[in-house]
Amino acid sequence: MAKASENVVLHVADVHKTFGGLHALSDVDLSIEEAKTHAIIGPNGAGKSTLLNIIVGLLPPTRGAVVLDGEVLTGKKPHEINQMGVARVFQTPEIFIDLSVIDNVMVSAFAKRDGAFKLRFSKSLESEKEINQRAVKILTEFGLDDKMEEHAGSLSRGHKRRLELAMCLIQQPRILLLDEPTAGMSRHDTNTTIDLLKDIKATGMTIVIIEHDMHVVFSLADKVSVLAGGRIIAEGTPDEMRASTIVKKAYLGEAS
Amino acid sequence: MFNIPKKDAITFVLFAIVVLTMPIWLTPFGASYPALLQKFAIYALLAVGYNLLFGLTGYLSFGHAAFLGVGSYAAVWSFKLLSMNPVLALSFAILFSGIFALAIGYISLRRSGIYFSILTLAFAQMSYKLAYSVLSPITHGETGLQLTLQDPRAIDLMFIERGSSLPTSNLFGISMSGYSGFYFTAIILLIGFFIAQKITSSPFGMMLKGIKSNENRMNYTGFNTKPYMLTVFVISGIYAGVAGGLLSITDPLAGAERMQWTASGELVLMTILGGVGTLIGPVIGAWLIKYFENIFSAWNESVLHGFFAFLPDGFEDIVVTISSKFVGEGWHLTLGLMFVLVVVFLPGGIMEGARRIGTMFKNNKDKKPKQTSDSEKQSSDSEKGEG
Repeated sequence: MAKASENVVLHVADVHKTFGGLHALSDVDLSIEEAKTHAIIGPNGAGKSTLLNIIVGLLPPTRGAVVLDGEVLTGKKPHEINQMGVARVFQTPEIFIDLSVIDNVMVSAFAKRDGAFKLRFSKSLESEKEINQRAVKILTEFGLDDKMEEHAGSLSRGHKRRLELAMCLIQQPRILLLDEPTAGMSRHDTNTTIDLLKDIKATGMTIVIIEHDMHVVFSLADKVSVLAGGRIIAEGTPDEMRASTIVKKAYLGEAS
Repeated sequence: MFNIPKKDAITFVLFAIVVLTMPIWLTPFGASYPALLQKFAIYALLAVGYNLLFGLTGYLSFGHAAFLGVGSYAAVWSFKLLSMNPVLALSFAILFSGIFALAIGYISLRRSGIYFSILTLAFAQMSYKLAYSVLSPITHGETGLQLTLQDPRAIDLMFIERGSSLPTSNLFGISMSGYSGFYFTAIILLIGFFIAQKITSSPFGMMLKGIKSNENRMNYTGFNTKPYMLTVFVISGIYAGVAGGLLSITDPLAGAERMQWTASGELVLMTILGGVGTLIGPVIGAWLIKYFENIFSAWNESVLHGFFAFLPDGFEDIVVTISSKFVGEGWHLTLGLMFVLVVVFLPGGIMEGARRIGTMFKNNKDKKPKQTSDSEKQSSDSEKGEG
């Protein structure tokens, strides 16, 4: 995509998606910039999740393409897209509930090496040790070091979210997609998650966040895009969006 | 290659001792005769292999009997055409069951869950029916595939004269029937168990557990799960093929009934009864079911009269009449009840029961001081967070 500037990591280029006769997304064009946090907000049914599903390869777009660092993602399978550097956190934490916390992170760390499938019964021991050390390190950073041997399913919701983030970050992704990371959390858990995400942002991570909670959006985002009825109706800094009448109308459902 | 975690090494040594001393400790149970011992080892191997698929990945295959059958036929054909050597027969069993599993797995694994199970079931039933009809030149249909005096046995007859009686399979002169046959199957079982341990504790095994836990997450974590599934499906199919080959080695006769869906169902029962996902559980399940099938089913009223002889006469008759419904031909009833009880009260099978008893003893020992400290820490954590 020629028009993408140098520091654009992910470019969603004129994406359309129709389900039967329903236009879920029309003319969606987004440029996610390096090391920035880009929030996508909008009322229910605006097409936010559809957009995320198209980026990670779960749904094919009807028209248009998604480009990461100049490489087209559209048409690739979810695991290939992840291998290229797209990591996703789900609305309800998707973790391996039957595995221990440390194994969760280790499986994730193995993906880069083994995701495309290679069998190595022998010789894997050394690097397995390295991966284990990395996993311990990241869990310590995330404050889960005292729960490493516990079953992931027994963690609290806030801790499951932390674990899922750790699983994504150990892969050192190019871009991190967050689908309502604080949905269903208490105010206290939400604030801890915001702090955690601020730390992640400070490392220079490029983040796309879908969020309902404006408190979260305004604490984190550098740029906000407003999606309504499958179209981007406004884009700008959080302060601009707060002042925008178009946004208010879209949210309050007033006739324009 | 041979370094495994210490805990696994201990398990392996204990398991080896238990298996190799079976002729001794099974004597009081009346089950210590070679033909049954061989079956114990063979079906344990089958269950261990099946558990690699079902236990690690959660994919429920109803078609493993097909691989068992293919292994049996391959081994008997190896006897007929080439040699009575069991190692050669096993190589063919591995080869053909592997190819078969690759083909069936490739198609069946396009679906997951119940659809995968149905596809495997369909393929197994297809193989079973074909063995009776179209493929009878290979399988000899209802009579089953057996050795004859006119078999070519190309390799064997280069070295020895054709005898006047049917040959038995032998490993450089050691006969594969009787106790030597049992030890041959037992050693193959131990090798299979070791490989299964190795797979379970390897990163590959970890990925398989990840697939069982959350296949979606595996995909979004960058794993192409299909080749993993196909690999473990083929490995598991080869275990079944080897088990089938061993059945033919200890008794050179292969029939199509080995491929029937009930044989696959029995395998599922064994695994669930013993404990899905554990290494030892399926072995225990296999032994229990084979014991019931062969020994328990032979108990009759006179055995029961002997057992309950200490009771007063009239009462004895009542007890014998009632209990006789559960033994002999009624052994299925006992097995069924046991299965129901295990599934309802111990979803993790007999191994879960063992674990529960183990933790009960542990808790009694150290009166759980650890738990209190944990909960204290948690509450202080949350206080800190709120402050």
